[in-house]
Amino acid sequence: MNAPDTAPDTAPDTAPDSAPDTAPDSEVRPLEWPAIGPSRVPFPVYTDPALYRAELERFFYRGHWCYVGLEAEIPAPGDFKRTRVGERSVILVRGADGAINVVENRCAHRGAEFCQQEHGRVKDFVCPYHQWSYDLAGNLLGVPFRRGVRRDGKVEGGMPPDFSLAERSLVKLKVETFNGVVFASFDHGLPPLAEYFGPEVMPWLGRVFNGRKLHLLGYSRQRIPGNWKLMQENIKDPYHPGLLHTWFVVFGLWRADQKSQLVMDAHGRHAVMISRRNEGGKGEVTQGVSSFKENMKLHDDRVLDVVPESWWNGPTVTMLTLFPSVIVQQQVNSVSTRHIVPRGPGVFDFYWTHFGFEDDTLEMTRRRLRQANLFGPAGYVSADDGEVIEMQQHGFGGRDDATTISELGGRDVGSSDHMVTETLIRGMYRYYREVMGL
Amino acid sequence: MERDPRFDVALRLEVEDLYARYVACLDQRRFDEWPEFFTDECVYKLQPRENHDRGLPLCTLAFESKGMLKDRVYGITQTLFHQPYYQRHLVSGLAVSAAADGVVAAEANYLVLRTRKNEPSEVFNCGRYFDRIVREGGALRFREKLAVFDSELIPNSIIYPI
Repeated sequence: MNAPDTAPDTAPDTAPDSAPDTAPDSEVRPLEWPAIGPSRVPFPVYTDPALYRAELERFFYRGHWCYVGLEAEIPAPGDFKRTRVGERSVILVRGADGAINVVENRCAHRGAEFCQQEHGRVKDFVCPYHQWSYDLAGNLLGVPFRRGVRRDGKVEGGMPPDFSLAERSLVKLKVETFNGVVFASFDHGLPPLAEYFGPEVMPWLGRVFNGRKLHLLGYSRQRIPGNWKLMQENIKDPYHPGLLHTWFVVFGLWRADQKSQLVMDAHGRHAVMISRRNEGGKGEVTQGVSSFKENMKLHDDRVLDVVPESWWNGPTVTMLTLFPSVIVQQQVNSVSTRHIVPRGPGVFDFYWTHFGFEDDTLEMTRRRLRQANLFGPAGYVSADDGEVIEMQQHGFGGRDDATTISELGGRDVGSSDHMVTETLIRGMYRYYREVMGL
Repeated sequence: MERDPRFDVALRLEVEDLYARYVACLDQRRFDEWPEFFTDECVYKLQPRENHDRGLPLCTLAFESKGMLKDRVYGITQTLFHQPYYQRHLVSGLAVSAAADGVVAAEANYLVLRTRKNEPSEVFNCGRYFDRIVREGGALRFREKLAVFDSELIPNSIIYPI
């Protein structure tokens, strides 16, 4: 019989407080980046398995805060939900003291992913295999037969005398919350969230999450056969919405002639696309745009029954890309987080969590739910994003010698007061190259 | 005495026929005819089982009138870019459970296979219909159709009606 393989899926990261910066790293295959810079991305960046492993380690497992959920999902002590940081299964759980903990869903004994419920309420966690039990902070409470089994006045077996419960806790992640949103990291050396997102992006996060209690509306989950970075790019790309998405251009929800702003943090990794709805209809930006349908009229326009909310303070849409793991969407009255879960170089899972706010009227809740028809895996302006990402991934296959081009608005990187630019994508790849050493 | 609707053979055959025509319409891509299976005042919802079981209201699609169904047809035929695919619906385990005020309650399991161009067929979506059916102008129509799907991950996107 083969010995069970208890190694975690990537770097050996068994000690909760190990310094991840010293963890061994996957070797990054030398890749010749075009001299022209981050406006070109070589196709292997989306397909190469070794690069992908290195991305998991460098973006998802250290140096970066990852989204794990909303406090509203675990309101009471003992409430938990299973989620993922990168490919690793983790549990977001509220402790007996009300504190929010995130622990890796992997028994310290034999590596079993012990928690198989998606959500629930528990007093402690017990691995079914050998019943090692852990408290809600991940501390090992006890193991069966630790002191052996007494028979005929003799103690048989048991753990060695130096076996220490304290050294065998679950891997605990560093956790920080911001007005109801929970971020976590395997890397305990991270700066606070405010510093991580930076002064440019933080106010926009605080606009959606301004301290009101959130009201959970539900989930959508899809598996998109494309590299995870393509979803970050999609929401850093203000070029496509008025071209791919008929509904955006016809009804003025997102198009190139709107008053807009693009913001990024100092690193170029996080960004916000901010815009104001206009009246839609025919105009310079619809000339020659095949997706523009001048005579399109809805039979029932309640799906676009938009009512401005005081907290918008002007913009009707803000799309935050918080690198690497989440998108925060406010598009008129529809608000959601979109969690990116990488599952391999060519595939990621995409979890949508729609929510409202505690002071919403029933009508506002109904409105948010109606507008949800625009978004998600079947949505009028989102289903086709998944489709084009899959087409990109197909296009990359077998062509290690080609690159994407992101040169709308030039080749430099910076914030912008219009949306006729791909600068946010360039910003992300400038940062990517720094971290990956490419 | 009115017959127990579960064993009303004529009613059951009529409901089975409604389902047969409904899935044939979708599988044969006659999408313009899809809204006509519903009453003017109607509800069509496609919802993940996860939300349904937890009492969370979010649906993948949620329409509240025949007008919204017609808008969806326009959306999928004229606006939503997608890789084309065939659908094949299999419906089984029909249960006609109650009839009050002329409303028939029906449930059935469904399985939808997806076949893309140049690709093998694959399981796309599976779940259960929870429907309310009424007689209108001599024909049975859906007043409510709730499709609750088990599939934990949607394989990229859902474009056509289920």
